[in-house]
Amino acid sequence: MSAFARMHYLARIFDSDLWWSFTRSPTVVVSALVAVAMIGSAAFAPWVAPHNPFDLATLNLLDAFTPPIWLEGGDARFPLGTDDQGRDVLSTILYGARISLFVGFCSVLFAMTLGVTIGLVAGYAGGAVDAVLMRIADIKLTFPAILIALLVDGIVRAVLPRELHDRIAIWVLIFAIGISNWVPFARTVRGSTMVEKNKEYVMAARVIGLSPARIMWSHVLPNVMGPVLVIATLQLGFAILAEATLSFLGVGVPPTQPSLGTLIRIGNDFLFSGEWWITVFPGAALAIMVLSVNLLGDWLRDALNPKLR
Amino acid sequence: MLAFIVSRLLQAIPVMLTVSLISFAMFAYVGDPVTIMLGQDYTEAQREALVRELGLDQPFFVQFVEFLQNVLRGDFGISYRLGRPVADLILERLPATLELALTAALLALLVGVPLGVYTGLYRDSWLSRVFLTVSLIGVSLPTFLIGILLILVFAVILGWLPSFGRGETVTIGWWSTGLLTASGLKALILPAVTLGLYQMTLIMRLVRSEMLEVLRTDYIKFARARGLPDRIVHFGHALKNTLVPVITITGLQLGAIIAFAIVTETVFQWPGMGLLFIQAVANADIPIMAAYLMLIALLFVVINLIVDLLYYAVDPRLRSGLVASSGR
Amino acid sequence: MPLLDVRNLRVEFPTRRGTLVAVDDVSFSIEPGEVLGVVGESGAGKSITGAAIIRLIEPPGRIAGGEIWLDGRRIDTLPPERMRSVRGREIGAIFQDPLTTLNPLYTIGRQLAETMQTHLGLGAKEARARAIRWLEEVGIPAAAERIDAYPHQFSGGMRQRVVIALALCAEPKLVIADEPTTALDVSIQAQVIALLKRLCRDHGTAVMLITHDMGVIAETADRVAVMYAGRIAEIGPVREVVKHPRHPYTEGLMGSIPPLSHRVRRLAQIEGAMPRLTDIPPGCAFNPRCPRAFDRCRRDRPELMATDGPNRAACWLHDPSSRDEALGHAA
Repeated sequence: MSAFARMHYLARIFDSDLWWSFTRSPTVVVSALVAVAMIGSAAFAPWVAPHNPFDLATLNLLDAFTPPIWLEGGDARFPLGTDDQGRDVLSTILYGARISLFVGFCSVLFAMTLGVTIGLVAGYAGGAVDAVLMRIADIKLTFPAILIALLVDGIVRAVLPRELHDRIAIWVLIFAIGISNWVPFARTVRGSTMVEKNKEYVMAARVIGLSPARIMWSHVLPNVMGPVLVIATLQLGFAILAEATLSFLGVGVPPTQPSLGTLIRIGNDFLFSGEWWITVFPGAALAIMVLSVNLLGDWLRDALNPKLR
Repeated sequence: MLAFIVSRLLQAIPVMLTVSLISFAMFAYVGDPVTIMLGQDYTEAQREALVRELGLDQPFFVQFVEFLQNVLRGDFGISYRLGRPVADLILERLPATLELALTAALLALLVGVPLGVYTGLYRDSWLSRVFLTVSLIGVSLPTFLIGILLILVFAVILGWLPSFGRGETVTIGWWSTGLLTASGLKALILPAVTLGLYQMTLIMRLVRSEMLEVLRTDYIKFARARGLPDRIVHFGHALKNTLVPVITITGLQLGAIIAFAIVTETVFQWPGMGLLFIQAVANADIPIMAAYLMLIALLFVVINLIVDLLYYAVDPRLRSGLVASSGR
Repeated sequence: MPLLDVRNLRVEFPTRRGTLVAVDDVSFSIEPGEVLGVVGESGAGKSITGAAIIRLIEPPGRIAGGEIWLDGRRIDTLPPERMRSVRGREIGAIFQDPLTTLNPLYTIGRQLAETMQTHLGLGAKEARARAIRWLEEVGIPAAAERIDAYPHQFSGGMRQRVVIALALCAEPKLVIADEPTTALDVSIQAQVIALLKRLCRDHGTAVMLITHDMGVIAETADRVAVMYAGRIAEIGPVREVVKHPRHPYTEGLMGSIPPLSHRVRRLAQIEGAMPRLTDIPPGCAFNPRCPRAFDRCRRDRPELMATDGPNRAACWLHDPSSRDEALGHAA
């Protein structure tokens, strides 16, 4: 029965309708290509980037503030110009995107694991456990994610000595963003679990003595993966933005490992002196990345939702 | 009606208590305030005196009750970094943040709702597509980037508007307002647009999808079948039915606006609570963080209460005895 | 001159898998004060025909052909604003589910008053007074107090009475009632139908009564049109259609209601289901289920044609030129 349910589910996901709506919308195809290209070039930044912006040996302060190649004074070595330390902006963007994406993916993964687990437990256990968990989710939901992430970061900063904090800053960030975004996963999974647990095959599994954990893992989980993936895609955009925002505020990743948000923060100081490219290009990269992920998420949600024609 | 308000307030008490417990726990156990406040050189006697003064030698529960009493009297302790009472610091900066947040919220509503109605009614017109595309870009651009771009265009390139600060302010009682001077109003434009833009796109998309949902209902079809003019059907029957979810989200978004004010205030160096808070986070200034947390919680409780009261005004089904089961 | 004259109406729904023809070449008329029953399975096109007449088909559906005349005036080509003043004022409508038909946020008095103010140019006071009279007329007790109540404060049956008042309050000449009792409790269905029948007789209103319930039609209608797969299969006086159906599909339908006075020959339930609009067979749409189908039924599509009685049926059994073939097949 579960194999059948799973097959039925897969059939629904990869139904020709989904493919049809994918190929029908040029926006979606383009944003998928852009997303893949950006994720790919960021992941392989050390091989793709023209320079290693963090190799101090290759940096030359004389190259600082070189404008983009098409402006007067541009240098062919630095297509998008250089920053205040003579680092190639294109390379810093590629390396920065790498960190932004890493934090984004990890925090969504963390939020997903946490949310799915809580949702499964709440939905399957019901009763008081469910009530308590969902009440926490309610309270959690009234506080904006960014605020929670800031608080978590602030507390960790206060608890840990500075050097240690800098070393694990990226993991703190992942934890802070992840912990502030688990609720949508939990809600969705809880709802589906409550529906699934009363179905005959789950009852049957219980009768033949499978443990609740095993039942949930192998029987309930596959049925809720679709909506979970939609939420994950939509949350990825949020997570990348959250990371950028925190780094921009100066409480994210340390300046030694600049993400896109850090780069924008650094560039912001030079906005008034006319070196706009130091901040505008990382900003554009961030916007395009999030936009393409959001477009994909939006499309996925609509395509899987039969209510919207 | 009164019973409804009272029950809502009673429900808020555990939330506020939980938040104050968290705040207090931060206050009491995170970091070592004594070391931070005394700096590098101090004698053991100085240290003990400060410990006594801060009440840190008392048991947890006693400290918590004392903390609550202090909070109720408006005493949130002393900032580690600035050495001044937190309550004073926050009160000084509250007006700036509230003026910014309310202007932004108003902007988001006044633009977002009409755009949402339009794109819902004319879902296939090219203008709707333009609005929707722009709104998606708006959702994908982080607030701080929008702020930077606005500064680049309107302050750096065009030189029309100031890029930071509040301009001249007028003080009425303890409230300092920037709404009464030309330079204050000018200074408010860019931050308010920055802060409101994201909420505006959100409200627009929400109103649109609610509108599409409501336009499909039988009672709208029936209103058309009765031959009512489109104006009445769209802006009376349909819009009123979209209001309940819009009120909810707008209420929640007001909270988000106040939180996101942190970012906007950083970009524009706006002297509000957000800027104070972010400096506190960066410097592990726990008393300010704790006080800010409680203030935000209080704001949320108030906003939620207002939202519930608005429901009550909009939806007659809630007025006739369904109140108890209206929990969201 | 008939009050409503529908000629060769065709309604299409373009989809990405091709165009669906939901209503195909449908013609009928309704005389002033007459009750025409329209009966058929769900998906037969009866509701869409009703929606097409008041031009309230959900997009992407559209009227692709035909003409609709009301009182000697063609209404399917009217500009939208003129058509709006036809709806409610000249053609009223009653929907299926009274629980969802009324706006939950407005009092019933307001909904009645706004309808009358729109069409009859009444002042607020006069509209309110008439609203109370209408509520009394449809049998709402204590109408003067209940007028300021919201829909959720009424039961389903009471709400449908309010809907009937709303449909009739601007004194239309025709009411299109789409399954007006289907969503109601069985015990009050008869009351609501009786009320509708009485009010329309008193006000001289013609009714197009859409339902899948032959029993309701038999009690209420003067004439009946039987629809199948987007077309009219048979149309005629109600007694005649019930007692002497001329189309095999109607015969099958009659098997599903208890006999009236006559001893009706027992009919087996019709085998199979109505075809989906995407794959209507060539020839007569009913041929795969028809116990008396012959070659021509699978080849040519029959139009409504005269029979040996007052009914007209879309069935080759009644075509003189194919009668021999039909008999040969039967033999």
